[in-house]
Amino acid sequence: MADLLDFELVSPERRLAKAKVAMVVVPGSEGDFGVLAGHAPMMSTIRPGAIAIHETDGGPATMRFFIEGGFAEVTATGLTILAEKATPVAEIDVAAVASELASARAAGDEAAVARLEAMQAAATN
Amino acid sequence: MPSLKSLKTRITSVKSTQKITKAMKMVAAAKLRRAQEAAEAARPYSGRMAAVMASLASKVTVGTESPRLLAGTGNDKVHLLVICSSERGLAGGFNSNIAKLARRTLEELQGQGKTVKLLFVGKKARAPFARTHKELIVGTVDMSHIKSVAFADAKAVADDVVARFEAGEFDVAHLFFSTFRSALNQEPTRLQIIPAALPATGDATGAEASVEYEPDEEAILADLLPKNLAVQVFRALLENAASEQGSRMTAMDNATRNAGDMINRLTITYNRTRQAAITKELIEIISGAEAL
Repeated sequence: MADLLDFELVSPERRLAKAKVAMVVVPGSEGDFGVLAGHAPMMSTIRPGAIAIHETDGGPATMRFFIEGGFAEVTATGLTILAEKATPVAEIDVAAVASELASARAAGDEAAVARLEAMQAAATN
Repeated sequence: MPSLKSLKTRITSVKSTQKITKAMKMVAAAKLRRAQEAAEAARPYSGRMAAVMASLASKVTVGTESPRLLAGTGNDKVHLLVICSSERGLAGGFNSNIAKLARRTLEELQGQGKTVKLLFVGKKARAPFARTHKELIVGTVDMSHIKSVAFADAKAVADDVVARFEAGEFDVAHLFFSTFRSALNQEPTRLQIIPAALPATGDATGAEASVEYEPDEEAILADLLPKNLAVQVFRALLENAASEQGSRMTAMDNATRNAGDMINRLTITYNRTRQAAITKELIEIISGAEAL
């Protein structure tokens, strides 16, 4: 059994998760990356997308959060994700997202379209 | 000497005022607890953000090509004062203390020949300035529909400030709010938010030196600066919410006590007057009987 990683997910309003987990996959702005215990210290911005938390070594992703406006910090001891908005993927309302996406497309709001498309992809995966 | 009837009415009216202030105190106490919890819950995020900003600041040297939010415009002619107050009055000196500090700063800056603009968050601090400095007010953010401050509200304010900054409306921004120390003690505070005052980093530890940045430091910093601003505004609004309730609680507690004193005084006067009236009546009867 490999070492576990101290994982923390905080939003401005409250701390959403604090746990010891095996691996977290983070959608960095320059590509996805997985963080395990002992990862080299780094900081990265996050593009809108879902983080996947694997609680057991080699096991399936047990928790998934959709992150917006986030920022990941890997230190020697663990991983902290600062997210402006974080929603558990299970709570995403697929129908609402689809209708919002349609109206964003109609309005030509590209930032919103990209965000909602990422949300939709996270929810349907 | 007021009549017995008018005294009685006064006592009743003071009693009902006391009931109202007592209820307001209870409500403020309950809201204060909630506001404190919200401020508590926001602490991990702002703490991490401050730590990240500090470690980034030690990596980046402020130069002319640094993000303008950090380096400033190179000028300090136009100052924007962002003044956070509450939407409701009856909170003791809460709003006037903030307004007083802001006014002092305003006069100081004007004395130095700077141009000052005012942006209000919450309407209560606006009134004293609307009378004297109406032409300086550039906007008021209405918070009256907001029950408990959410991060999105703070972000909207921060975005507005950044947009004004990008448009070149001002060079330096200060944030005014009330820091919550205790229910009895709130301190009006002034904080410079643009250009960002980065925390001084004395100890750049060796472990941090090997941190990888993705994308590079400058890009992360450019991404984080507006976020940091939103966090600071959010913290200010939370502190303000707690201070407002604390201040109101103290003010209403005082008002309740004063009403109690007043009732006692009025009751004593009422009883004396009543007694005097009875005595007078007795004397009249007795002297009437003696005359016969």
